[in-house]
Amino acid sequence: MTTLPIEPVPGPPPSIETPSAEPRWASLRGVNASDRIYKGILTVLALALPFLFVALFVQLSVSALPAIKRFGFSFLWTSTWDPVAEIYGAAPMIFGTLASSLIALLIAVPLALGVAIFLTEFAPRRVRQPVAFLVEMLAAIPSVVYGLWGVFVLIPFLRSYVVPPLKAVLGWTPFFQGVFYGNSLLAGGIILAIMIVPYIAAVSREVLLAVPVSQREAALGMGATRWEAVWTAVLPYGRAGLIGAVILGLGRALGETMAVTLVIGNRHDISLSALQPAYTMAAAIANEFSEATTNMYLSALFEVGLILFVITVLVNAFARLLIWRVARGAAVGSKAL
Amino acid sequence: MSARTVRRRITSGVMTGLVAALSFTAVLALVLILGDLIAKGASSIDWAFFTKSPVPAGESGGGVANAIVGTGIIVGLAALIGLPIGIGAGLYLAEYGSGRLGFLVRFIADVMNGTPSIVIGIFAWTWMVKPVGRFSALAGSAALAILMIPMIARTTEEMVRLVPHSLREAALALGYPRWRTSLRVVARTALGGIVTGCLVGVARVAGETAPLLFTALGNLNFETDVRHPMQTLSLQIYVYATGPFEEWHRMAWAAALVLMALVLILAMVARWVTRQRYGRGR
Repeated sequence: MTTLPIEPVPGPPPSIETPSAEPRWASLRGVNASDRIYKGILTVLALALPFLFVALFVQLSVSALPAIKRFGFSFLWTSTWDPVAEIYGAAPMIFGTLASSLIALLIAVPLALGVAIFLTEFAPRRVRQPVAFLVEMLAAIPSVVYGLWGVFVLIPFLRSYVVPPLKAVLGWTPFFQGVFYGNSLLAGGIILAIMIVPYIAAVSREVLLAVPVSQREAALGMGATRWEAVWTAVLPYGRAGLIGAVILGLGRALGETMAVTLVIGNRHDISLSALQPAYTMAAAIANEFSEATTNMYLSALFEVGLILFVITVLVNAFARLLIWRVARGAAVGSKAL
Repeated sequence: MSARTVRRRITSGVMTGLVAALSFTAVLALVLILGDLIAKGASSIDWAFFTKSPVPAGESGGGVANAIVGTGIIVGLAALIGLPIGIGAGLYLAEYGSGRLGFLVRFIADVMNGTPSIVIGIFAWTWMVKPVGRFSALAGSAALAILMIPMIARTTEEMVRLVPHSLREAALALGYPRWRTSLRVVARTALGGIVTGCLVGVARVAGETAPLLFTALGNLNFETDVRHPMQTLSLQIYVYATGPFEEWHRMAWAAALVLMALVLILAMVARWVTRQRYGRGR
């Protein structure tokens, strides 16, 4: 970078906006036909994204319209889900989605932030790359494989080693009531936690790497210990980005389907106890879409999909804005090219 | 040294140990999952597993040949649809993406990256299964392509942006038109990175199940016609894992091991390509 003798000027190049310029200048101004065709093709391909986005939203809304008309807002807070009587309320799924994601965040956030802090601040240089790679590998494991592992390894483990002590200590709280059969909110939350750790860790790591070294040096120079430097200088500097990373993880957890479907129990009920089966929006679609024989049933499931889509879009948009705010400041240095 | 200093140093040491332990836990989770996959899956893998189709429930033997071929066809077709659009959109973002449209496309790509895949699945069902009244591998590929496009677009953009400005300026100064500069010089230089991004994107969708549930559906027989329902490894694992038979569970682990190996190989090749990037790329 330092070998570049000339800093290119950012912003639009000095334009030659003389309308009377001779034709032979045309190619220099970059307005010849093939250039226009090239830009046109790329623009059309790029427009595929907004098109798909709008199409998704409109199609889901149209398909959900009968259910929206029939049930109105009561769809969101009633709990009856009766395909025979054609009455649908999605409250248990919405509750289960939020509850399982919350459990996932409670476990994943300390874990992922620990990974990010360790890798950027404390780890010896030699182990940074391998550990970062291994944690990222967690994101490469397919969702259905997580589900399989959850059913046959995690749930038996929870049943014999985790739930008995949990019940002994916290059994009196409403969160650990009832008999533990295996498929439960707790199992779903733990699986989700493992799945979102790599996302939160990767983004947090990038955020922490973007914190200027001078921040650390200043803290250390004033006599702070290494942890104090992290706690008082580095973390506050990257706070917005870290929150963004966590919210991004939340977005992943909300929409995760297969692993959760396999371990959460798929029971249409609201229970505060993490040991009881629950349901999520994505799991409901995965389980019931192919059995939905009536139009109203199908429409209700589309409304569930629409709610899920809107929630994840809002969550992701919010997370992106937070991360961009930090990353744009960081990109000032690296964009000097 | 005052007591306060000692306490501060101890805190620092303890917290260092804690974050190291947390990192160890995350890596341990990976090791445990991969270890279980190998321990429970490897013993069921034999030649028949790769060459035979499933046998009826209760019988032993059989394999997942249909699912392996189906995964290849569906993912390959998805790549054929998704990669050109994704790469084109990425080039647009890198070359012309500084304006308002660029911002919008970039933002939507990032937001769509987090869209639940099951939602894309029912969307693909509405557009490609309902009108023709038949589940098809093609609809599954379309759903996977939709998942792939935003991912590919963003990685392509980032890779193209890494190309030094001086290279572009040199080509333009020699009288190259912009489009040839963009394709022959800039994209060519970033090719290694773009290929890496594509491989990672393909690896990601190869393990997807949710968007295929209502599109490709699954098929117990050997099927290569993309207009018909087709099996994939991920769908096969789901069916076997939820089934009641011990034999099925065994097959589920084996299929999961094969799928995981497939994804890992793609990821490894991607890393290898990245390493070649600054080598003698010609």
